[in-house]
Amino acid sequence: MKMDTRFGKFGGMFVPETLMPALEELEGAYVRLKDDEGFKKELGGLLSDYAGRPTPLYFARNLSRKYGCRIYLKREDLVHTGAHKINNTLGQGLLAKYMGKTRLIAETGAGQHGVATAVVGALLGIKTCVFMGVEDIERQKLNVFRMKLCGAEVVPVASGAGTLKDAVNEALRDWIGNVRNTYYVLGSVVGPHPYPMIVRDFQRVIGEETKKQIMKVEGRCPNAIVACVGGGSNSIGMFFEFLSDDVKLYGVEAAGLGMDTNKHGASLCKGEPGILHGSLSYILQDKDGQINEAYSISAGLDYPGVGPEHSALKDSGRVEYVGITDKEALSAFKELSVLEGIIPALESAHAVAYAFKVAEKMKKDDVIVVNLSGRGDKDMEHVMKVVK
Amino acid sequence: MKEKLFVPFVVVGDPDYDTSKKIIMKMIDEGADMLELGFAFSDPIADGPTIQLADKRALDNGGCVDSSFKMIKEIKGYSKIPVSLLVYSNLVYKRGIDKFYADASDAGVDYVLVADVPVEEAGPFVEAAKKYGVDAVFIVAQTTTSSRMSLILREVCGYVYLVSVLGVTGARSGVSDSTLELVRKVKRETKIPVLVGFGVSEPAHARKLVSAGADGVIVGSAIVKIIERNLSDKEKMVEEIGEFVRGMKDAVCGNF
Repeated sequence: MKMDTRFGKFGGMFVPETLMPALEELEGAYVRLKDDEGFKKELGGLLSDYAGRPTPLYFARNLSRKYGCRIYLKREDLVHTGAHKINNTLGQGLLAKYMGKTRLIAETGAGQHGVATAVVGALLGIKTCVFMGVEDIERQKLNVFRMKLCGAEVVPVASGAGTLKDAVNEALRDWIGNVRNTYYVLGSVVGPHPYPMIVRDFQRVIGEETKKQIMKVEGRCPNAIVACVGGGSNSIGMFFEFLSDDVKLYGVEAAGLGMDTNKHGASLCKGEPGILHGSLSYILQDKDGQINEAYSISAGLDYPGVGPEHSALKDSGRVEYVGITDKEALSAFKELSVLEGIIPALESAHAVAYAFKVAEKMKKDDVIVVNLSGRGDKDMEHVMKVVK
Repeated sequence: MKEKLFVPFVVVGDPDYDTSKKIIMKMIDEGADMLELGFAFSDPIADGPTIQLADKRALDNGGCVDSSFKMIKEIKGYSKIPVSLLVYSNLVYKRGIDKFYADASDAGVDYVLVADVPVEEAGPFVEAAKKYGVDAVFIVAQTTTSSRMSLILREVCGYVYLVSVLGVTGARSGVSDSTLELVRKVKRETKIPVLVGFGVSEPAHARKLVSAGADGVIVGSAIVKIIERNLSDKEKMVEEIGEFVRGMKDAVCGNF
């Protein structure tokens, strides 16, 4: 490898030998293409004309009035396919195209990354296969249909709890068997090097836009930024640009039924360092190192691991990681809908819920930015069952 | 290694502790030259569905790292047969890399292969292996480039685990020419024995591979399938595995 594969002690490349040459090839291609004018121009064009970037930074007037500070929402929910995932899949899809790969595979939890990969597969004319846990297929029927509509094959994964972790396992197994012609579009800042770096770089656009936008309207950085953390791609994409600024950064994990239960997805708050899906990071595990099942009402947050860069940011203390329960997230989901007419994804509702807690301690002129990473359309059916 | 080796693989504790021990002893009795033993893991990404289910059975029946080491100790008390451990990195990392290799050595383990630790990440694993006199085994795969192969052959101890298929573990219908070519290539470049695994499931596969120069074959999924098929009749399970091992051993040794 030409680059450093670690974030502090975290990260690395813990994969079977069969995949190592593919990761070397990917790193090489990425290093070659990331500053290539043609690649950058094509990606930039697609991000604006296909995906609809830049997304607005919206001053949430009613929330701000209620909480007595200035609350802004970064509207990733307005981007094509309804979540930030498209920033990454456009980037990786183009990488695959430039590398001459003829097949895309992806894992998906909430289905957002699956949809974002399926549309890019359709756009670029590359055959796409998405692995999805059977439990998530049940929770996210609409997204399954969207993927199929765009011509992708959706492969149900029944092993384990039938959720995101199991979908990643199956995608990795497929890749091991088809590594020569297949590009694995990993959906978050997890997995072996170089994925955590590549996915972060494709998501950095969120924070870069936000900084320009907030400087324009407020003339300064916000006091605090809040984003939800499953694998951690929307949050690292938002945080990265602000790491050396005087801004409080909060990463919100799924506390599920409560941090003291075993039903949550809080790898950073409650996990320990370990190796899952190719990298060393905080993970939920038992005393032997068997991986525990994560839980959250939101399919995008119930993952027992987290991106290695977040683990490093936790240990350094630069980012504060906290938890929000299902109940708190649902309440924020409703409040944002009622007060602003914006229906967030359940994942993003976790960030909104924690932003409310932060806002209560803020002064009138203090500024909070919440990364509204996705919209709630995909969650309607599921939420209807729990919200009367 | 003078003669060709037949190396059966099972997951320790599959389907349960006592039956697993009987299976392993039977394989020794029927002529296994060495054992490849897997420690059950919740997320075995290098394994196909057959071994995944074996891992699950072992874990569901209370299998854990402590009990797996205990069984190896008991097996080593029964026979001096060499034992190679196949394990995923988090089980090693969580126990503490040093402690894991100390315990492996204490149980009588001869070789350890960590399935998801390539040479780039192997530093602390190899260090602990050396400290406790255990050989650190590495994989050479179909995709391994020449430059990576020399890196691997520099680090590897005991034997080279040559993965015969592009893919995860599981029985396959044949052995490809590219596998035979890879065997010849590795044999040209190292004096360390080469054992071939993944996808080897029939005597005919074994004969082809040893003819190409492999020092032996490792067979896992085909044996684990016998366990899977006979969960309701454990005596038959053990007998059938015994017969299978005898047939494979004959094929490997040229008694056919």
